[in-house]
Amino acid sequence: MIVASPKPITELKNLIARHGKVLFVGCGTCVTVCLAGGEREVGIASYAIRMARKIEGQPLELTQIAIERQCENEFIKDLAEPASKADAIVSFGCGAGVQAIAERFPSKPVYPGLNTHFLGILEEQAVWTEKCLGCGDCMLAQFGGICPVTRCAKRMLNGPCGGSTEKQCEVDADRPCAWQIVFTRLKAIGQLDRLDDVVPPKDWSTAWHAGARKIVRPEHQV
Amino acid sequence: MIPSNGNGSSIPHWEPRIIAFCCNYCAYAAADLAGSKRMQYPANVRIIHSPCTGKIEMEHILEAFEKGIDGILVAGCLEGGCHFLEGNLRARKRTDRIREILDKIGVGGQRLKMVNLSAAMAPTFVERVQEIVEAVRALGPSPLHSSHQTESVGEP
Repeated sequence: MIVASPKPITELKNLIARHGKVLFVGCGTCVTVCLAGGEREVGIASYAIRMARKIEGQPLELTQIAIERQCENEFIKDLAEPASKADAIVSFGCGAGVQAIAERFPSKPVYPGLNTHFLGILEEQAVWTEKCLGCGDCMLAQFGGICPVTRCAKRMLNGPCGGSTEKQCEVDADRPCAWQIVFTRLKAIGQLDRLDDVVPPKDWSTAWHAGARKIVRPEHQV
Repeated sequence: MIPSNGNGSSIPHWEPRIIAFCCNYCAYAAADLAGSKRMQYPANVRIIHSPCTGKIEMEHILEAFEKGIDGILVAGCLEGGCHFLEGNLRARKRTDRIREILDKIGVGGQRLKMVNLSAAMAPTFVERVQEIVEAVRALGPSPLHSSHQTESVGEP
């Protein structure tokens, strides 16, 4: 899932300082699961912002709503009516959600309520780690399902680098060495021979570096 | 002295209004015991009976502040003594987070306090209530205090 975290209340307050009627929109998908931008988090931010504005003598007319997914027009259309009554919208979706809403309502200012971080998983309650860069050319099969492109600080495809200590990365001692995990995993599934293969340089043309990417799948087009 | 609400205006006859969220297994029983022992504590406090401080959501506290309450006491079991193992530890993390928010928005984190006590600690409960009443009295009315909240705290 996409992992995000709430923007500091002070920053959020400053973003909408010029508006009197604001719509806060939560998203019921990834950011709800990562406790950043769901119905409850929008509620907490709303309490805080309303109080801050009241104390400043500039009361805010704030409407809250959470939709199933902000990254699909099918769900964004539910915002048409509340958006028409607001001066501005704060999206508590990921960066994609913010932009999808901005595209749908071209004449409304749309602000982000979250900072979007990465594609990751829940390790334990309230702890998320990054697992995927979205490089567009998945190599997980070669590494026992562990991604060194994302999880190795040096992005080594022919690791390990030799710098790890006690199975931890030398760049960040709190982070496990990805190549240690690759080795353990390949050993467990009986595929250690994969480490004999020299992996050629990665084709990065499918990655983000040339700008935003687009995928078209004609078989599903209507 | 007539207290100020921090915005330059003053509110006559102001008395702090405080909510105490009390855990069923400790603070609520301690408050009950204090009553049975005829111990006196300020009438500024309204007790809300909670099954555990871990059940108190951040929204409950924020909504009370938005409605103009001057202070909130969250009273849970002693650390290690939670009936649900760690509800009070979770409540402490949540109150810490809300205190940060209250500081940033200008309400003031000192208006929210969490304490730990057992069901037998009636005198401690009374002390903690007296402490927060005095602390909030010194801070003055909540900046979100509105005129309709100036009625006597002794009324039902």
